[in-house]
Amino acid sequence: MVSEVAAKKTRGKSTGNNILNGIAGFGKELVKNWSLYLMAIPAMVLLILFKYFPMFGIIIAFKDYNFRDGILGSKWMDPLFENFAILVNSESAWQAIINTVSLNFLFIITSTLASLALAIMLNEVSGKTFKKLAQSITFLPFFMSWIVVGLFVSNILSYDNGIINKLLESLGREKIMFYMEPQYWTFILMLVNIWKGVGYGAVVYLAAITGIDKSFYEAARIDGATRWQEIRFITLQMLKPTVIILVLLAFGRIMNADFGMFYYVTSDVPMLYPTTDVIDTFIYRGLRQTGDIGMSSAAGFFQSIISFVFVIVCNKLANHFEEGS
Amino acid sequence: MKRRIKTMDVAIYLIIGVFSLICLYPFLMVIGGSLSTQKEIYEHGYRIFPSEVTLGSYKALLMNYKSILNGYTITVIVTISGTLLALGVNAMMAYVLSSKQIKYSRFLNVFTLITIMFNGGMVPWYIVCVNYLHLKDTLWALILPMVANGWNIFLMRNFFSAIPYEMYEAARIDGARAFKIFRTIYLPLSKPVLATVGLFTSLAYWNDWWHGMMLVDKAELQPLQLLLRNIISNVQFLKTMNPSPEMQSLVGSLPSEGIRMAMVIITIGPIILVYPFLQKYFVKGIMVGAVKG
Repeated sequence: MVSEVAAKKTRGKSTGNNILNGIAGFGKELVKNWSLYLMAIPAMVLLILFKYFPMFGIIIAFKDYNFRDGILGSKWMDPLFENFAILVNSESAWQAIINTVSLNFLFIITSTLASLALAIMLNEVSGKTFKKLAQSITFLPFFMSWIVVGLFVSNILSYDNGIINKLLESLGREKIMFYMEPQYWTFILMLVNIWKGVGYGAVVYLAAITGIDKSFYEAARIDGATRWQEIRFITLQMLKPTVIILVLLAFGRIMNADFGMFYYVTSDVPMLYPTTDVIDTFIYRGLRQTGDIGMSSAAGFFQSIISFVFVIVCNKLANHFEEGS
Repeated sequence: MKRRIKTMDVAIYLIIGVFSLICLYPFLMVIGGSLSTQKEIYEHGYRIFPSEVTLGSYKALLMNYKSILNGYTITVIVTISGTLLALGVNAMMAYVLSSKQIKYSRFLNVFTLITIMFNGGMVPWYIVCVNYLHLKDTLWALILPMVANGWNIFLMRNFFSAIPYEMYEAARIDGARAFKIFRTIYLPLSKPVLATVGLFTSLAYWNDWWHGMMLVDKAELQPLQLLLRNIISNVQFLKTMNPSPEMQSLVGSLPSEGIRMAMVIITIGPIILVYPFLQKYFVKGIMVGAVKG
């Protein structure tokens, strides 16, 4: 590789020659490994169409977009940052941004704790059948679409037939119209998120626990450690790197909300927006319902850029941590 | 000392048991609801064991079998073709990325990595799909956008990289071309990772409603999940789909709640049925993905 570059340098007298040599080298490489490059083409074409085109399409945040003229044909905004000015002045946009970050933060912390707790408890279970059964059942919600989960939630919370309201009724208490009361939803969504994801998370942590050297436990037992001490000083200590890395990677996606959850579990009820509206549902509304493409694309631009920074930083931290340990 | 260990055991079994029941409860509630009469649901809410069992809700759905069958057909076609396409396309790319003999593999790796790190977001994606790729109201809209996936490419690349390079070279010396080596050596040796990616991809296709919601308005292209949503949000939908007088009277007298529940059972049925057999592969897959992904 190095000698090739050096050879090129001495051979090419001008930059024009260098470029020609470069193209020749490129062609030669393509001819030599044509079958390999051919195999890369389908994936490359699909990634270009569905990932790279939208990346360049991000400039519509600076345009007065209309469907007839398309991305390149639409006029630039005047002033250029007008869409962003509208976004910054929109109370609902701020609400969506704050909700996204705070709810995702809450989700990361609670689901990590719940998955860890379940994995450790499952690991302590000695009955094989019970363990297998419990793992299968807790994993099952992971396989459901958000539309199904949304229906489950509405069944439980329904004003007329939901179990909670039936219970309140039988206790002589007043029933709650959950879909009119945003204050409950932070908590409800947190529980739903745990319910759906904990089985999956527990599998990840169980895998890490199985990887712990058994001799640590034997040594601890000889020293007279109680089971609680074993969990605290061995299992949790050994899991720490895995937990930190997974949490960091999750933080990388903190700007991206799970659209399905916020759209179907809340039934997209506007009354609940104060606590449930997130950037993704906000953008979707602008794009498909209210037709506010300018503000919507500005919000999307903001989301993409900030998430990119988060992903880079958190990945760097995770890598750094992985090497350090 | 011994007693304390015992109470801890009991506590653990109890907590896991209760939590498992919470995870199972919505499913049981939906089964019970689908077998309940209107009266029962109004009086007692959704019960796991209704006092009076009726199949009326399923009958009502059966009268509408055409739209449900159509939804199933769309979902099955999309799931099978999407999964096969995704496996083929991503595995080939992963193989190229793992290849040590090409000059531009670093470029290709970065090219793939960028698609994971950065995305244009919903608005440009939608506009590209609708205005430039003309995917609106086509079956391709449900398949193509999900085929190429950077995560899966890297997952498979890691697996391929672990296959000894000597095998590649030996086959090469025997005169095999790159594609033949891929097909006869790499794929057979990579069954675990192919099974993993295949399972997760097919689950994603089966449960996908996003692409249908964004890009499909035509009723005959609606996948199962969207059909489910339509029936959930509007049982009257059934009447408009099938305006026979028999249907009218049935929907009028039947628990609309029950029909919703029955529809859920019909859509999640296949997953619940295959789940026990596939679960161990999913668990293995998560481990492969979690440790190396």
